[in-house]
Amino acid sequence: MALKASALKVGDTHKERVVENLSRTQIVQYAGVSGDYNPLHTDEVYTTQAAGYKSVFAHGMLTMGLTSKMLTNYVGDGRLTKFGVRFTNQVWPGDTLDSTATVEAVRNEGGQNYVDLKLSTTNQDGKEVVAGSATARIDP
Amino acid sequence: MAKITFPVEATHIMMFARAIGDTNPVYHDAEAAKNTEAGGIIAPPSFAQAVAQFDPEYHLRPKPGQKWFGSGATPSGVDGKPASSGGLHAEQHYEYVRPLRPGDVLTCETKPGKTWERESKRAGKLTFRERVTEYRDQNGELVMIARGVGVTTERPVDAG
Repeated sequence: MALKASALKVGDTHKERVVENLSRTQIVQYAGVSGDYNPLHTDEVYTTQAAGYKSVFAHGMLTMGLTSKMLTNYVGDGRLTKFGVRFTNQVWPGDTLDSTATVEAVRNEGGQNYVDLKLSTTNQDGKEVVAGSATARIDP
Repeated sequence: MAKITFPVEATHIMMFARAIGDTNPVYHDAEAAKNTEAGGIIAPPSFAQAVAQFDPEYHLRPKPGQKWFGSGATPSGVDGKPASSGGLHAEQHYEYVRPLRPGDVLTCETKPGKTWERESKRAGKLTFRERVTEYRDQNGELVMIARGVGVTTERPVDAG
């Protein structure tokens, strides 16, 4: 299922819904497995009454993980050479997120083909929560 | 900074994939994964973040006998903590040499990178701090480099 350089062109996109109605429980799951137990993500009492936010919110790294699901579904397993993101807005319980990869370049370096992708994950209001880029090895 | 030993385990990978809602068998089904291009179970691209589990000093994990800043009897278990937020994660970048696999025993070394400041309408003065972590495997080979950027804000971020 690997991508082929011969079949890709600049501007091609791949889009997936990566979470619908994000639950506080999924945020707790991510806290537990990642080891990041910052109460800002799981403790509504602390977050609203001590820290001053309207609600708990997702780890940026959970949103990166959700974005990575779209990315690996597109480029295949074990194909990434680079993956980077900026967290541009917070992700809240109840959010529904869509992730998009857009082909920026298809190139050959030392006999290996690569695709450079621009990444964007947006919420149900169209607001971008993650902006990023990735590079993957692809077939000829 | 001390080096951290990070044993990569199949159960941990399975749980991580569940937390990000990724049902790809290459993260949990050893038999199915054998027949993929990966040739066996691999870790998802951002799995290395779970290295926090293996950092004995990690500050965002409650420790027995120490006060925890989350709520208990009161909204925060720490007196006099400013109402402003602590650090938030601003950026994360990975460079991969190869995917992580169950059985890998990684040695992770983190070094501070650049520091910079910026004014923001939504959260006041922002201070950014970069940390670069190299992950080496049991053979001493570099397998990935992670570059994280944390930000501390003057006040809680306006959801605007």
